[in-house]
Amino acid sequence: MEENKIEVIVIGAGPAGVSAAITLARAGKKVLLVDRADNAGDKNMFGGCIYAKQTAEIFPEFWKTAPVERAVTEHKIFMLTDYNSSQFSYRYSSKGAYKAFTVIRSKWDNWCVEQAQKEGVYFAPKTLVKELLIENGKIVGIKTSFEKFYGNIIIIADGVNSLLAKQIGLRKEIKDNNVTLNVKEVYKLPKERINDRFNVDENEGIAAKILGGPLKDMFAMGFMYTNKDTISLGYGISLDELKKSKLKPYELLDELKEHPSIAPFIKEVELVEYSAHMIPEGSFDFIPKVYDNRVMIAGDAAGFVNNIHFEGTNLAMLSGKLAAETAIFALDKGDFSASTLSLYYKKLKNSIIIKDLKTHNNTISFLKKHINVITSLYPELACEFFEVISSADEIPKHIKYRKFLSKIIKSGAAFKSVPLGLFAMEKCLEK
Amino acid sequence: MNINEKLATLKYNKEKESHLTVDNDICMRCKEKPCTFICPACVYEWNEEKCLMTVRYENCLECGACKIACDKKNILWRYPEVECGVKFKKG
Repeated sequence: MEENKIEVIVIGAGPAGVSAAITLARAGKKVLLVDRADNAGDKNMFGGCIYAKQTAEIFPEFWKTAPVERAVTEHKIFMLTDYNSSQFSYRYSSKGAYKAFTVIRSKWDNWCVEQAQKEGVYFAPKTLVKELLIENGKIVGIKTSFEKFYGNIIIIADGVNSLLAKQIGLRKEIKDNNVTLNVKEVYKLPKERINDRFNVDENEGIAAKILGGPLKDMFAMGFMYTNKDTISLGYGISLDELKKSKLKPYELLDELKEHPSIAPFIKEVELVEYSAHMIPEGSFDFIPKVYDNRVMIAGDAAGFVNNIHFEGTNLAMLSGKLAAETAIFALDKGDFSASTLSLYYKKLKNSIIIKDLKTHNNTISFLKKHINVITSLYPELACEFFEVISSADEIPKHIKYRKFLSKIIKSGAAFKSVPLGLFAMEKCLEK
Repeated sequence: MNINEKLATLKYNKEKESHLTVDNDICMRCKEKPCTFICPACVYEWNEEKCLMTVRYENCLECGACKIACDKKNILWRYPEVECGVKFKKG
C-alpha cells in the first residue's frame, strides 16, 4: 500500500466484510480490511450455524479445511409449557451434502480472514475506525485511533451498532423495537457424551429453536446448538419486550436452563463462556439507505437479518459480495457517485435479501400480534394432545376427547388466526 | 449462578478510561432506569443512598443495548480502544 491509499476500504471483518474483501481481491482490486478486534471474531457472537450453500459461494468446499464444529443433521423445535414440552424434530440423511454447520466465531471468522489474506486482501486487526474521513464534503477514507487511510470506496460492515453509518446520516438512532438482545452460554462436555446425549453421530449435531416456557407471551425465542465438545444455549428477545418485562436477561436464561425439558441437556456440564450480542430484527421497514457517494453498507450494519429463520451470516456474506461487485463496476468506470453505487440496491432487490426481508416484515408484525398463540396456546394444545393419548386413568376417554376438543374450539379464534395470517402475508407480497 | 460467576468466564482487558459515560443528574430524574436491568453484564447499578449511578464499564460485553434502551438518551457509548474490552472465545 502506498501512502495509506487504496482502492477500497472494508470496515469490519465479519462475514459481510470478509466476503466483500475477498470478492474484490479476486477481481484484482486493492482492498484493505480492518477490524477492531485483536483477532477477527473475538468481538463476535451468534447462535449458531452457517449455511453451507451460501457460504460455499464465497469459500468453495470450505468444510474440508475450515474449523467447523458439527454438521447440522437435525432441526428441532421445543414447545414448552411451564413444566412440560412437546418436541418436534426433522432429521435428514445428509449423504455428504450438509446444509449447515455449527461454528465458533473466533475460530471461523479468523479462518475466513486467513483465506482472504491468501487471496491478496490486506488485513489490519486492532484497527478501530473512529470516524469516516470527510474532506471537502466528500468521504475519502477512515480515521483510526492512530492514523488515516484513504480509499475510493468504503464498505461499512461494522455490525449491528454501526456507529459509522450513523455518523454519515445513513442510519438513524436504533430503536428498541428493531433489535433483539441475545444471551448465550456455552458448556463443555466430552464429544462422546454429546453424541450420546443428542443421539447423533460423530461430527453431526442439532440446531434447535425453543418456544414458550419462561419465554412465553414475549417476542423471544431460545436456541440450542451442538458443537464439537460444547453445547450452546441461549435466547434472543426484542429489546422493547425485555424493557417491559423488567427481567434481567441472564436471570431469564437461568429460568430457561432450569426448565425440566431443557435441564437434562446441560446437566453435568461446565460453563465455559457467557456472552451477549444484539441482532437487528431485520424488518424491511428498518433497512436504511445502504449506499451514498463512495460508500455502501452491508451485513448487520444494514439490518440484513432474518431472525425468525435464524439467518444472518448468509445474508451478510451475500450483501458483502453484492457490494463488492458494485465496487468493482464503479472502479472500472472510475465513478464512485451514489448514482453508480445505486447498482448495489438493485442487486439487493433482485437477491434473496430484499425479497425475504419484505416477507419477514409481515411475519414479524404478525407474530408480535399473535405471540401468545405461538408461545402459549400452541405449546399447551400440543402437550394436551400427548396428555390425552398417553394418560391411563379412571377418566373415560370420551370425556378426555371432549375436553380436548372444547379447548380447541374455545381457542378457535386464536387458532384460526395463524393460518389466516400466513395467508394475509402471502397476499401482501403479491402487491 | 450469579452474574459475576458468569462474567468470570470471560477474558477482559480493562481500559483505563470508561467507554461508557452517563450524566448523573439525568439518571437522578429517570424513574425507570432500564439500564439497571436490561444490561446483560449488570454494568449499571443505582446507589440510592448516594444518588449515584455506578458504571462498571470493565464488565461491558459491548452489545450496545443500554444506549438504545435508555429513554433519556443519556448513555454516551463508544467502542473500547484497541486491545481493550471483552474477548469472546466461544462466540
